[in-house]
Amino acid sequence: MVKVTYVAHDGTRTELEGDPGDSVMSLAIANGLDGIVGECGGSMMCATCHCYVDDDWQAATGARMDGEEDMLESAVCEVTGRSRLSCQITLSEALDGLVVHLPEEQV
Amino acid sequence: MTLIEGHKPIIPAGGVAVWDVDPYHTAILRDPLDYYAELRAQGDLAYIPRYSVLAVGRYEITRKVFSDHENFVSSRGVGLNDFKLEDPWRPPSIILEVDQPDHTRTRKVMSRALSPKVVKGFAELFHETADRLVDDLLERGTIEAVTDFAEAFPTTVFPKAVGMTDVNPRHLVDYGAMVFNAVGPDNALRREAMRHAGEIVPWINAACARDRLSGDGLGAMVYASAQDGTLTEAEAGMLVRSFLSAGVDTTVTGIGNALWCLSQNPGQWEALKADPTLIRPAFEEVLRYTSPVHTFGRTAGRDTEIAGFPVEEGSKVLCVLGAANMDPEKWGDPEVFRVDRKPVGHVAFGAGIHGCVGQNIARGELEAVLGALIRKVDRIEPTGDAVWRPNNAIRALDRLPITLIPN
Ligand code: HEM
Ligand code: FES
Repeated sequence: MVKVTYVAHDGTRTELEGDPGDSVMSLAIANGLDGIVGECGGSMMCATCHCYVDDDWQAATGARMDGEEDMLESAVCEVTGRSRLSCQITLSEALDGLVVHLPEEQV
Repeated sequence: MTLIEGHKPIIPAGGVAVWDVDPYHTAILRDPLDYYAELRAQGDLAYIPRYSVLAVGRYEITRKVFSDHENFVSSRGVGLNDFKLEDPWRPPSIILEVDQPDHTRTRKVMSRALSPKVVKGFAELFHETADRLVDDLLERGTIEAVTDFAEAFPTTVFPKAVGMTDVNPRHLVDYGAMVFNAVGPDNALRREAMRHAGEIVPWINAACARDRLSGDGLGAMVYASAQDGTLTEAEAGMLVRSFLSAGVDTTVTGIGNALWCLSQNPGQWEALKADPTLIRPAFEEVLRYTSPVHTFGRTAGRDTEIAGFPVEEGSKVLCVLGAANMDPEKWGDPEVFRVDRKPVGHVAFGAGIHGCVGQNIARGELEAVLGALIRKVDRIEPTGDAVWRPNNAIRALDRLPITLIPN
């Protein structure tokens, strides 16, 4: 089990437990979490799964994937150095405890 | 070795359900729901002796196999022919029919060209065209919605979006039919579609040349990547060909199927009219409910397994997206068409690294079409039986007689 905490724009924290191999997006969708849309189902075509990785987890989540940068340009909220497409962050034991922050809007 | 449908015959592992069916029989292609249900009932994996292929149709396993590009490759073709053993009918697509790392490079160019941001730029074109078309059709009242609406819209807007300078709508639609029938077996459908190849293929290839495209469309964006060295000029032309292969017939089908769903379910049409925020979810439900691309395949690139059953290298696996989108395990009441279902996770656009790169265009077109309809149309009434047009990969209508009644 890998624990992920999603912090909504208004500060609400939701803790979910996923399996290694799930993505931060798919875990949120599977649990009906508001704040991540994931319209393209993780094919990196929509940017509606935008999140900001907590400072403490930057190193563990690593660099953006090939092509992620381009698609982030279509995100509706501000893209910062912490921005990731949550469908491109794959859970592993090393990410147990991960904290991500969600933007105000996805579409 | 004697090939079956251009691929290596296999012996299924012990315990795999053997099911004697022809998934490409026209009766099944016209009305696939029972076939979908029976396929799922076979278990996680079935073997179909007629074509010596494996098939999956339950939601979880279909999604898993279809997106598992490590074990199940696309470079050997997404149809029955194994490109490693037999030459394909046309040079393979350099995005659909390739694996990583080649795929990553071309995919990046295409996803940049078809990003939500770029597609928003076409919104005005899509909306104006949809408004005008619906106005015209309302004047006529009773229409044959496949030709008059479903084909008319994409063949008007999509060539403009690509930047094509001369357009032959018939060729565009027929080329799509050819590409999609070609992923099936060597049956009458495929042969009939291929009969037109001599005329259409040269026209398509010529239409992809740089000097036949305007400077401001999707085609030009792809050719710009040839300028900066990401692609060769020839590769850019091949990617423009991918727009034409995959971007017309699919959205024609999407629009036709949407009109079918809404004309068959007046209550859902009312619900949509009452709440325009359901336009996008309604299209997702049309996709789930009708799976415009009903089946694509993969090839086991190495000895591997599906649901615990050993699968030998070279096995062709039919991934029946239509069956997965109708799996009650996943959807509860899949046979009910509900515009507010929000069927996140449907596989109508595929999944994983090959997941439809044109989905933003498709959504943009449907948003415009459905938007125009709910603003201008009171009722969509069937005036005759809907007739389906069998195709080896696409579930599309042949004829849809309806009457549009204005507000
Ligand atoms: C309702 C409309 C559409 C449906 C149902 C649809 C369906 C699909 C599916 C199922 C795949 C996955 C193929 C695979 O994994 O083997 C796919 C891929 C693809 N689609 Fe679409 N599509 C649609 C519209 C479009 C449009 C409008 C375009 C072009 C603008 C397009 C271009 C492509 C391309 C180039 C690929 C290959 C992507 C890759 O291999 O990385 N599609 N589509
Ligand atoms: S879910 Fe679409 S880009 Fe992540």
